[in-house]
Amino acid sequence: MNLFSMFSRRSSAPVARERLQVLLAHERAVIGNSDLVAVLREEILAVIAKHVPVEREKVRVKMDRGDQVSLLEVDIELPEMPQKAQKVA
Amino acid sequence: MAKVLVVTSGKGGVGKTTSTAALGAALASQGKNVVVVDFDVGLRNLDLVMGAERRVVYDLINVVQGDAKLAQALIRDKRCETLHLLPASQTRDKDNLTQEGVAKVMDELREKFDWVICDSPAGIERGATLAMRHADAAIIVTNPEVSSVRDSDRIIGLLDSKTLKAEAGERMDKHLLLTRYDPIRAERGDMLKVDDVLEILSIPLLGIVPESQDVLRASNLGSPVTLCEPQSAPARAYFDAARRLEGAELPVVIPSERKGFLGKLFGRRAA
Repeated sequence: MNLFSMFSRRSSAPVARERLQVLLAHERAVIGNSDLVAVLREEILAVIAKHVPVEREKVRVKMDRGDQVSLLEVDIELPEMPQKAQKVA
Repeated sequence: MAKVLVVTSGKGGVGKTTSTAALGAALASQGKNVVVVDFDVGLRNLDLVMGAERRVVYDLINVVQGDAKLAQALIRDKRCETLHLLPASQTRDKDNLTQEGVAKVMDELREKFDWVICDSPAGIERGATLAMRHADAAIIVTNPEVSSVRDSDRIIGLLDSKTLKAEAGERMDKHLLLTRYDPIRAERGDMLKVDDVLEILSIPLLGIVPESQDVLRASNLGSPVTLCEPQSAPARAYFDAARRLEGAELPVVIPSERKGFLGKLFGRRAA
């Protein structure tokens, strides 16, 4: 290494910082989501079950994460209900 | 009221065991009744760093399985009489650590001590999750280096989901202990700065331990750096961190090697 290259060498810490910020934003989303979807599913199920009897496998929660927009898809299949329960739901 | 701390990091070799010993000794030298507990079954090292490797008779797994009483397994430090060690087993399998067994031992330790400091194994497997499970607060030991910061981020996620506190819907107190920090390299732009790490991990700062030869020297001698070289820069960082754990509000400084001089003052408040 000559004197010139010593002075012209770019500092590496800002690169490390930027790489970490990008990586962790991604990893938090992926790891956080797997838990989040499970938690959402349980809580949605509990709210529905308060008013309508619903089977566990009839509640489907899906999360698609895009760069600009993320989509949370909740698909609940309700059984035949009496008139009163429908009003609440 | 006892407080249970877990010292964790995800990544190995960042200074969990060194920090457990140093903080335990710092708290004990302030008169607190302290036990440091090694959870690294099969790869125990806290006994060695504490200089008690030849005094281990019974270990954590013996107590968990009821083969020994807690009092038989506890090793009292020869230099500081309020400091105790509960060693891990070197020969047994970590599967012997059951969740119920650990819960029982932790309850007993809470009754006897002011501070219970659990030294977590590296990784995110069973040993690490058991070590953090009963904690009231966590110390995340991080080096200013990309792989360590990434692993710390992962561990923070686990602390917020897999601990008893998290499962009860409470917030786990988390403290960042930045170790092996070199302020000169950070200033030159060759090492992540304190603020970079804080911004990325967004947890409050407990202390900055500078890179120092005194740390290796202390472990060579089998003595926590806070007992071995209490005036050294790393020891002063650990003493300050211990006082912050006790609730003192001190500005975080990077202690410098030159005696009598405090490092650059950051004016930052610790949590």
